[in-house]
Amino acid sequence: MEPMRQARSLTGRALLGGCLFLISARQAGAMHIMEGFLPPEWCGFWFLAALPFWLAGYRRIKSIVARRQETLMLLGVAGAYIFVLSALKIPSVTGSCSHPTGTGLGVILFGPAVVSILSAIVLFFQALMLAHGGLTTLGANTVAMGIAGPLLGWLFWRILRRRAPEGVAVFMATMAADLSTYFVTAVQLAAAYPAREGGVGRSLVTFLGIFAVTQIPLALIEGFLTVLIVRSLGRNAPETLALLGVPETPSGAGEEAA
Amino acid sequence: MESSISKNHLGLSLGKNPLLVAAVLILVVAPLYVRRGADFAGADDSARNAISEIRPGYQPWIKPLWEPPGGEIASLLFSLQSAAGAGFIGYYFGLQRGRRKAAENRPDDAKRQRAATSRD
Repeated sequence: MEPMRQARSLTGRALLGGCLFLISARQAGAMHIMEGFLPPEWCGFWFLAALPFWLAGYRRIKSIVARRQETLMLLGVAGAYIFVLSALKIPSVTGSCSHPTGTGLGVILFGPAVVSILSAIVLFFQALMLAHGGLTTLGANTVAMGIAGPLLGWLFWRILRRRAPEGVAVFMATMAADLSTYFVTAVQLAAAYPAREGGVGRSLVTFLGIFAVTQIPLALIEGFLTVLIVRSLGRNAPETLALLGVPETPSGAGEEAA
Repeated sequence: MESSISKNHLGLSLGKNPLLVAAVLILVVAPLYVRRGADFAGADDSARNAISEIRPGYQPWIKPLWEPPGGEIASLLFSLQSAAGAGFIGYYFGLQRGRRKAAENRPDDAKRQRAATSRD
């Protein structure tokens, strides 16, 4: 009973704190960990954690390039989708802004390893050109956006794609990838900055209050958008999707045309 | 027969798409109404402040190599980023649609040609 209430009051305080900060904050920014805000040892740790996925992704992309022009174009679409969505800062019910990740589409089409590369490219661009995220935090931000999120999204996709209507499977996978990205960002910050009292757990509540709550409506938006784009891919490029093993054309145009 | 095929392949049966677009629009616009007066800053600013609360006096140990000089330049670069992405996606869908149409028309042409030659 007591810990429950404590946790709730902590969440409340974190939320209130977040709202107050938002009023004082002027400079707009991205939702990745900023340059210089992750201690060097943690930067190194997350780079090491990302490395095996980058290698696996690099190998898969090489085989995609060697195999077929069609799939290469679709790889470009998956990357472009991340470019678009991660540039859109969207208002949320917390009164602050955040941006979607756009990784859901790539996860469904190519799996998490490839997305770790696509995400790293976008994160690198944003770190260099926009001072968003950072070069030293590229490893940590890739683990959150390009690996942990996509892994969970992929899990949802694998479980649901034959058991649920395609739209539902796409929606859930995208939501899972988006939300867990910001969950992992909060974990990374909490691990680096444990609170004096309450340690990592308390910091986690603080950072989750900032990132996760803001992100919920954005994850819904990203889910809907990804359903839209997968549906139109099914209409316009059914053969390419079939090559990648995305099941059946989405209900709609495909069936009506038959 | 042929006309019914081409009609179906106009790709205009959108199904649930308008509903999905409406849901997205509502989710984007609703916060502006619910949170009137908020300034909708980025969530990472709150993170930055939370860090300085946990570690008072924390200074970033490294600075970005380059920062866009001012908010307008930053938003210019953000627009470029999404324009490039959207441009490529639009190119891909246009290309696929064109290819599909061309593939649909080809059998008709072949038939017409055959009909033309048999008449001679």
